[in-house]
Amino acid sequence: MRLLNASGCLDALAAPEVARTLDAYVTKTVTPLPREGNAPVRIAETELGMLNAIGLANPGVDAFAGDHLPRLAELGMPLWVSVGGFSVEDYVHVAERVGSRDEVETLELNLSCPNVDEVPENVGEVVAAVRAVTGKPIYAKLSAAVPDLGATARAAEAAGADGLSLVNTVKGLALDERTLQPVLARGAGGLSGPALRPIAMAAVHTCFRETRLPIVGMGGVARGRHALELLAAGAGDVAIGTALFSDPAAARRIRGELEAELAALGIVSADNAVGLAHRSADSTLDQRSRLLLEKPLHMGANLPG
Amino acid sequence: MLRRERRSVVATEAIGPYTLLRVERGTVDPGRPGQFFMLEAPGRLLPRPMSLALAPPGELAFLIDPIGPGTRALCTLALGDEVGVLGPLGNGFDLDVERPLLVGGGIGVAPLPYLSERLGGPPAVLGFRTSWHAEAAELVPNAEVVLEPTYVTEAMPAGRDVLACGPEPMLEAVRRLTPTAQLAWEAPMACGYGACYGCVVEIDGELKRLCMEGPVLAAA
Repeated sequence: MRLLNASGCLDALAAPEVARTLDAYVTKTVTPLPREGNAPVRIAETELGMLNAIGLANPGVDAFAGDHLPRLAELGMPLWVSVGGFSVEDYVHVAERVGSRDEVETLELNLSCPNVDEVPENVGEVVAAVRAVTGKPIYAKLSAAVPDLGATARAAEAAGADGLSLVNTVKGLALDERTLQPVLARGAGGLSGPALRPIAMAAVHTCFRETRLPIVGMGGVARGRHALELLAAGAGDVAIGTALFSDPAAARRIRGELEAELAALGIVSADNAVGLAHRSADSTLDQRSRLLLEKPLHMGANLPG
Repeated sequence: MLRRERRSVVATEAIGPYTLLRVERGTVDPGRPGQFFMLEAPGRLLPRPMSLALAPPGELAFLIDPIGPGTRALCTLALGDEVGVLGPLGNGFDLDVERPLLVGGGIGVAPLPYLSERLGGPPAVLGFRTSWHAEAAELVPNAEVVLEPTYVTEAMPAGRDVLACGPEPMLEAVRRLTPTAQLAWEAPMACGYGACYGCVVEIDGELKRLCMEGPVLAAA
């Protein structure tokens, strides 16, 4: 199991020592042209989360590929590049520029950002187009706020995606307490943090059933127990986003907490926890060949010797 | 390594409508005047950015205006409570100035006590809405106080190196009066260390993260 940051929740060039606590670093979404992002105010706290309307601020693919990427490579850790755009051609343009670079391990396609005005209609179409221009692993980052997430995930799989990143933020709104006007200049924004966690859990659970793709699970992970639950739902890797804002040391802490949770349940390793939530009557082990646990789950069952 | 440290509250004191929150310093570096800390707000998801107001021996002190749920929660902390502290963050004021004049407006007074101490108590002009708010002026030596409808820009002597902190309209007015002034801005922040891209302000025509480029900005 690897711990990553959620795209957009860490700048490795600003805080390299935080990036190095992760097993892989995911960049903020790169678009063909530079973007300043939305006008401030771009963040707002809610009771159980936060809203962001950053708006895909990024230096554009040319500056990213020419300047940021070599500097990121100096971190000496696996790099995932988040690829974004407003048309199939945009995604292809970025994927062509970064999808051949040795410094890059994986492309994560941002197919689900709620903070920009135009979104591509067809996940499968974008995945297929990017598949055609790169041999790198492609992960499709999806939002839970689609009419049929299972079908969307299957479309990504059929188009050649190598994995799924679940979930992106969902649209939310907060009002200023004195003016009763939206806090964010743009109005609505993407909700992240604890409020998103049950949504992420359902999304991972669904896509683990509906596809054979490995999954990076994310959404409101703040403690080791949350990581364990995403693994049980079917995620093989876990990403931390909002939790990094209040606790830059979250990755180390969560890793330690997860180890304690696994030990208390008698699970030998995080990888053995993947998919445990699916051991109910209507799922078969034939379908879930990724389930590594072969013995009933009870204390001590998986201890060696 | 950026690390949030848990620190005990050693005192809280009401000063006008504000609260001076003092926590034990331990090994935390107080940093330079103008730098800030992210304080964990009890019961809230995100921390709040607060300038260091004072660095008494063994302590860190923050002046807090209870204007929202996070600042209100910080103002309810009591002796012995623990609070998460991350910092020092951002840049600070450039102290290499020949004739400093400190200028503060309202809660913008927050970084000025520490700044004043480091500069040897230079003259200060502080503006407040009411005399109740102006009780905070007691934290800054050598300060002239003006109350609305008089503004600080009407009381600032000319020919000084201005170091200012206060509401945006005040900073804009100070900049028009003294283009070389060092201005300490504020912005909503989720992280304080460049991760969330939320705290951008316009600097030289571009949106830049205030926690990385500031919070103290000097005119070009």
